[in-house]
Amino acid sequence: MTAALTSATAEAGAPPPPPRGSSRIAWLLLTPGLAYLVLFFVAPVAVLLLTSLYERVPDGPVGATRPALRWENYTDALVTYAPQFGRSFLYAFIATVLALAIGYPLAYVIAVRCRNRPLLQGLLLVLVIAPFFTSFILRTIAWKQILADESLVVAVLKTISLLPDDARLTATPTAVVAGLTYNFLPFMTLPIYANLERLDLRLIEAGEDLYANPAETFRRVTLPLSMPGIVAGSLLTFIPAAGDYVNSALLGTASTAMIGNVIDSRFFRVVDYPTAAALSVLLMAAILLLVAAYVRRSGTDDLL
Amino acid sequence: MTPRRTPPSSLPPEVRDLIALHNRSRVSRRSVLRGAGALGLGAFLAACGTPGSGGGAPPAGGPATAAGPTPAQDVSATEKTVAWANWTLYLDYDDATQTYPTLEAFKQQTGIDASYSEDIDGNDTYYGKIQGQLANGQDIGKDIVVFTDWMAGRMVSMGYTQQLDKAKIPNAANLRPQLQNVDFDPGRANTLTWQSGFAGIAWNKEQVPGGLRTVSDLWNPELRGRVEVLDEYRDTLGLIMMEQGVDISSPQWGSNEFGAAVDVLNEQIASGQIRQVKGNSYKEDLIAGDAVAVIGWSGDITQINAENGDKWEFAIPEAGGTLWSDNMMVPIGARHKANAETLMNYYYDPAVAATVAAYVNYVCPVQGAQEAMQQVDPELVSDTSIFPDEATLAKVKIFRSLTPQEETDFGGQFQSTIGN
Repeated sequence: MTAALTSATAEAGAPPPPPRGSSRIAWLLLTPGLAYLVLFFVAPVAVLLLTSLYERVPDGPVGATRPALRWENYTDALVTYAPQFGRSFLYAFIATVLALAIGYPLAYVIAVRCRNRPLLQGLLLVLVIAPFFTSFILRTIAWKQILADESLVVAVLKTISLLPDDARLTATPTAVVAGLTYNFLPFMTLPIYANLERLDLRLIEAGEDLYANPAETFRRVTLPLSMPGIVAGSLLTFIPAAGDYVNSALLGTASTAMIGNVIDSRFFRVVDYPTAAALSVLLMAAILLLVAAYVRRSGTDDLL
Repeated sequence: MTPRRTPPSSLPPEVRDLIALHNRSRVSRRSVLRGAGALGLGAFLAACGTPGSGGGAPPAGGPATAAGPTPAQDVSATEKTVAWANWTLYLDYDDATQTYPTLEAFKQQTGIDASYSEDIDGNDTYYGKIQGQLANGQDIGKDIVVFTDWMAGRMVSMGYTQQLDKAKIPNAANLRPQLQNVDFDPGRANTLTWQSGFAGIAWNKEQVPGGLRTVSDLWNPELRGRVEVLDEYRDTLGLIMMEQGVDISSPQWGSNEFGAAVDVLNEQIASGQIRQVKGNSYKEDLIAGDAVAVIGWSGDITQINAENGDKWEFAIPEAGGTLWSDNMMVPIGARHKANAETLMNYYYDPAVAATVAAYVNYVCPVQGAQEAMQQVDPELVSDTSIFPDEATLAKVKIFRSLTPQEETDFGGQFQSTIGN
């Protein structure tokens, strides 16, 4: 997530090293931020880690746990919920790829093609951001209504035989992935836009001068230059999508449950805090590993 | 278990005024809902929240022992106030004055300043919110809270409630006999029923012209992919267990009987017969047409019929349905127990209970309210959704209390079956 923020400074070149005397003031200025992080990030994660090793009090009240080092919480959680883990990462991956396929051209048109028409550019940007004005839960519920079995959409698709008579659009894995893609599309589009907006068109001209066709220019000039935007967008899409539970709860079925749904039900329905905490830690670890591997592969380590 | 209804109080003032326009003579819940229905999707969507979110649950589970905190000092004599937290749309409300008429009358009658808030939108979430303070015996700022049977049982067994002084609540004798002695709170020492309701089967009369008589009728291949069941296992599995001949109120059954019902549910989910397992939002699916037959709650079907034309029918399955109740109780740290008892006594007056029942349309737990209804709204005297007849009451059972171990195991098993 810091990628988007740091990319600006990374490209502007490293600032000159600060004079030594100011380091005390720097620390003073950093204190509120650090205190905030310790209080609201480090402490909760520590509690989460501890809770994930607790054990249930035999014959105790519902939800009662006691401190222990029960590592089986992790193996049990992993074995029991492997399908939901796999599903979460698969859905999030497909949604990220789809969002990239939709978001990149969109960002390109807004940032490059509309560069000389600021009014149109502004309008298109507003359209990308507009969905944020409504809660995404409401928007997802709206989709559920639009794609309902008795809806016009389904009726038309069935009439023109694009959809078999006994098929449906909601309560399917496709609906969940589509919901994820839809809900996280702006998170993909905006970082790529921010990046392409600063693309130096003279470089593309230079590519053309050197007899590269448009496809070649895109592959060798535009794409590598926009890589930081793509990485930032992918992370902003993949990470929340992997932990999302709203889309699956509203658009899915029992067989599309993602790991977020399991954590929710363990925390609130079953009041099984250790398992829920272990699942949360596993999800965090898995995402960290995947993200690290991805960033390394895409050759943008310097972003993190 | 308690249906969460479309809350008019969460709507903007102009929308509320619109609803008020629809209520010409009598302010009843049905007419309020008709108004809300006319507003269509907007009002309908406003009622939806994040499923299962919220609730600042403490990180490390409940306390290890049930020894429990000690009750707070009662300052009712000097502080004439009482604070009551309840579910949405669960008390008669007058849009014109934006007050709760029966509560206003209580204030005038007793001089106790009663405050009412619709804070509770789920047993799990509200319990998660207050549990940390209760464990330390702190005042949560409410003198009465309302929980469904099983959560009420957890509150009582954890020692999070104060014992009621029945001498101060003489009207408690009006409680329906069937509800007087419940296993989670013997002799009703700590709790009193607020409202009750049934879980049963419901169907779209147009799409399922033949109707349904048993839970097994839901598994008819013609309904494949159009059936939904509740995500409250005491209702969904309770109905399946009764179909299998188990008396869910008796302590005789255990994990084998529960497991047999889970197997049926599992099979119907795996085969695609059951489309989704849902909380309150199954209503939206009935309205949208995604579901044509469900396991649902009686009050909900009354509500959506009032909103959308009389399209659905509710029935208790032949093998029996479940009876659930929401119960008032005084949390351990509350400092106005005597005032709370005065309030409970007031709402157990048959005439007051009838006024509330005419608004909320749930099963009224107060005996004598049916006679008193003659004065309030003669039309509703014979309404079996408020005053069920003996034949209906004979068919419903209360799901027995579970041990903490069972609650954890059964809850976990059910959640796994529904994919979580």
